[in-house]
Amino acid sequence: MFSPRDEKDLSDLVAGATDALAVIGGGTRTVGAPVQGGVLTTSGLSGITLYDPGALTLVAQAGTPVSEIEAALDAENQMLAFEPMDHRTLLDTEGVPTIGGVVGANVSGPRRVQAGACRDFLLGVRCVDGSGTIVKNGGRVMKNVTGYDLARLMCGSRGTLGILSEVGFKVLPKPEATAVLLLTGLTIGEAVKAMASALTSPFEVTGAAHVPVGLDSAPVTMLRLEGFEDSVAYRANQLKARLAAFGPADIERRVEGPENTKAGWAWVRDVAAFAEKTAVWRVSVKASEVEAMLESGIWQTLACDAILDLGGGLVWIGADDAQLSDNANWDGSGSSDRLHGAENLHATLQECMRLTGGHATLVKGPEALRSKVPVFQPEPAPLATLAQGLRRQFDPKGILNPGLMGQ
Amino acid sequence: MEMPAPSRDILHKRDRIIDRLRSVLADEHVISDAMETRVYECDALTAYACQPMCVVLPGSTDEVSAVLRICHEEGVPVVPRGSGTSLAGGALPTEDSVVLGVSRMNAVLETDYDNRFIRVETGRTNLSVTGAVEQDGFFYAPDPSSQLACAIAGNIAMNSGGAHCLKYGVTTNNILGVTCVLMDGTVTKIGGPYMDAAGYDWLGLICGSEGQLGIVTEATLRILPKPEGARPVLIGYDSAEVAGACVSDIIKAGVLPVAIEYMDRKVIEVVEDHAKAGYPDCEALLIVEVEGSPEEIEAQLGLIKEIARAHDPIEIRDAEDDEEAARIWLGRKSAFGAMGQINDYMCLDGTVPVSKLPHVLKRIGELSNEFGLDVGNVFHAGDGNMHPLILFDANKPGDLETCEALGAEILKLCVEVGGCLTGEHGVGIEKRDLMHVQFDTADIEAQMRVKDVFDPAWLLNPAKVFPLGASRSRRARAADAA
Ligand SMILES: Cc1cc2nc3c(=O)[nH]c(=O)nc-3n(C[C@H](O)[C@H](O)[C@H](O)COP(=O)(O)OP(=O)(O)OC[C@H]3O[C@@H](n4cnc5c(N)ncnc54)[C@H](O)[C@@H]3O)c2cc1C
Repeated sequence: MFSPRDEKDLSDLVAGATDALAVIGGGTRTVGAPVQGGVLTTSGLSGITLYDPGALTLVAQAGTPVSEIEAALDAENQMLAFEPMDHRTLLDTEGVPTIGGVVGANVSGPRRVQAGACRDFLLGVRCVDGSGTIVKNGGRVMKNVTGYDLARLMCGSRGTLGILSEVGFKVLPKPEATAVLLLTGLTIGEAVKAMASALTSPFEVTGAAHVPVGLDSAPVTMLRLEGFEDSVAYRANQLKARLAAFGPADIERRVEGPENTKAGWAWVRDVAAFAEKTAVWRVSVKASEVEAMLESGIWQTLACDAILDLGGGLVWIGADDAQLSDNANWDGSGSSDRLHGAENLHATLQECMRLTGGHATLVKGPEALRSKVPVFQPEPAPLATLAQGLRRQFDPKGILNPGLMGQ
Repeated sequence: MEMPAPSRDILHKRDRIIDRLRSVLADEHVISDAMETRVYECDALTAYACQPMCVVLPGSTDEVSAVLRICHEEGVPVVPRGSGTSLAGGALPTEDSVVLGVSRMNAVLETDYDNRFIRVETGRTNLSVTGAVEQDGFFYAPDPSSQLACAIAGNIAMNSGGAHCLKYGVTTNNILGVTCVLMDGTVTKIGGPYMDAAGYDWLGLICGSEGQLGIVTEATLRILPKPEGARPVLIGYDSAEVAGACVSDIIKAGVLPVAIEYMDRKVIEVVEDHAKAGYPDCEALLIVEVEGSPEEIEAQLGLIKEIARAHDPIEIRDAEDDEEAARIWLGRKSAFGAMGQINDYMCLDGTVPVSKLPHVLKRIGELSNEFGLDVGNVFHAGDGNMHPLILFDANKPGDLETCEALGAEILKLCVEVGGCLTGEHGVGIEKRDLMHVQFDTADIEAQMRVKDVFDPAWLLNPAKVFPLGASRSRRARAADAA
């Protein structure tokens, strides 16, 4: 395992490398297609470089543990507003999530629906490209249109265009209070409508999720409000009235049960309900398509479970061994092989997204599956060509996570 | 301002190129008469102007694609244009170029409230996007001061911001998808009415690429429900430092106003003369606006005023009703116009860390004395995006040069304290040659490699963004290959 100590070290290492590198942060995720190559971890590049609470700015080396950043922000009553998911629960992995890993995969959480994604809070990056050249882009200020936005290009490129060495964020004050409205017993269609109604209200809903099988096995729809205490109380009541047609909402206030409220959203954020699933997909889709996609689409012929976040704009699809076996004969192959069942589900999800518009990405699955299917939604030809062109420019040796995001 | 020498080959085949363009567009949409192309010779950076070879005004993505295919085959540079309000010379033509204006393409293609988006053709003006949804209680958040005129096309190309971006972000944070035509005519569709597609962040790359990677013809934009209400408060201080400290404290306290605007004495005096907004006589004035229900507004303003009072203000002025609110905004909104009436001015756009505002304001004052030109400051303080206005006399020999030299010094100062050359106006031709102040050669090289991928012949929007010296070898290579 390569573990450079600083950016210069990283740059030398990549400049001298001739063989493929599998780049990881804390190694908490097994994203993308499996990469053959020497493992390079950025966890040695650690530490907060700059934290200016009065300017809402934090810059840290890529290998800094997310927990260290959150602790520093906590002390100033601030936060990473995009609420990055912790993948360890879902993927049953060990390791320490790093901030570079969060940026590399553009990892966000439920607050994304209102505040934005990781990429929306990213102010700048430093990285080392596939030739070992150090490149910086963006910076530490909140508004910056100087030159092309390579920082966003790097965000979500999973180390295939460059290895992040430092990242800068806009951070936000923590809300003083939180309230959650809980609606129970809604169908998928009703839940999407209720969430749309909430999100089109002026009450600034900062979380909108629907779990068809909640903790006590009934469907539960969760809507979160955050801000100053009086304001939250006011908006919670307004929203409850607005959603009366969907049944009486329970209002859970943070003042009454802070741990409960927080744990509930962490559970959604980390997709904890799918921890036991063998294969899990992340589907980005237009919310109003979700009912058709599931009820009159996939669920007609395939076995899987779904959790809705971002008002329905994000659907987590999960299947356990039994469901995968059930799906194996979907194509009339007579098979009961789980892997084949997962392939059927995968192909269906991606085809469905190709037709309706959207992306289905495999986030959890056995290596055999990940090496067999296109993990990421295949892009239209012109974009695939551009992606290839970018990789050739930024990784001429073809050594940065080769194959991870397709050819 | 140095521009690349026009290609004689292209000028020679001018007639043929125009004929070919007329074969794919209606005659009246290919403008070649010098009297008529004059309108397109510059954008809002009027100090620089150049007549293009011709102007085309396609009416659809297919027509844009057809035009680009021809220009690509003929090796003709293309300058994309929205409404021509760029302050950076982003839409400045070259003599051998075809200006491609999208102003005819201004339709609303789809509005969807449940999924909170609108899909428009990019020639549509910023304000009329909000105009299309406001009767139903929605708005499009990025609101550049030029919003009455500027087009979504230019907003995307420049990643434009506005007064309310402290809370709502800039263009890149409010866009979900685009249709983008590459220089060879290939039509690409990126994103759509859903969030965070996996794969590379194409949208992020297109936003702010200043028309150099492709021509954007359609955009899917995020729309938001209108807040219940909004109200500003005006706060006057007797020093820039104190005002700056107040801004920092407000941000730290956990209130997130939608806007914190700043004006200095110079600007206050000028707008008083012109708009008579009744501003207090002070060194630094803040306008802080918050949103919500009446009670929420009251609560947030209460907190803000408490912080403001701790810094010993000269005046805190509330808006009791809409009319008073409008009066508070009146001066700020007329600031640029009023400054323009007393003088020629150059508007800078550097961003600095909010915590460095007091220092930077002080240094700008010193530089202003050194160069002997007045500078007024009016800007978005919440996010550190400064707009120093350097006043000069265009008729006085040497004044423009002094002004440009002072401007360069101020921008260097912004970079020195950890900021950047441009927060929302873009690099264009104006700041092209200062890119080295902020970036190392490798940083600029990395950006140009992206251009190589999208537009290998370097035909789209020539001579913008990159110092000519940095791009010279690439342009020569591309010209040889043609
Ligand atoms: C009085 C005034 C106030 C302003 N206030 C603000 C402000 O508050 N915030 C702010 O951010 N800006 C502001 N601006 C600057 C300007 O309005 C913005 O940059 C705006 O987005 C430009 O839009 P436009 O349609 O006029 O673009 P143009 O000026 O026509 O072009 C701008 C750039 O976009 C490119 N382009 C145009 N169309 C396309 C297309 N279809 N595809 C690809 N590239 C294209 C052009 O080549 C050029 O590089 C202000 C300008 C003025 C004159």
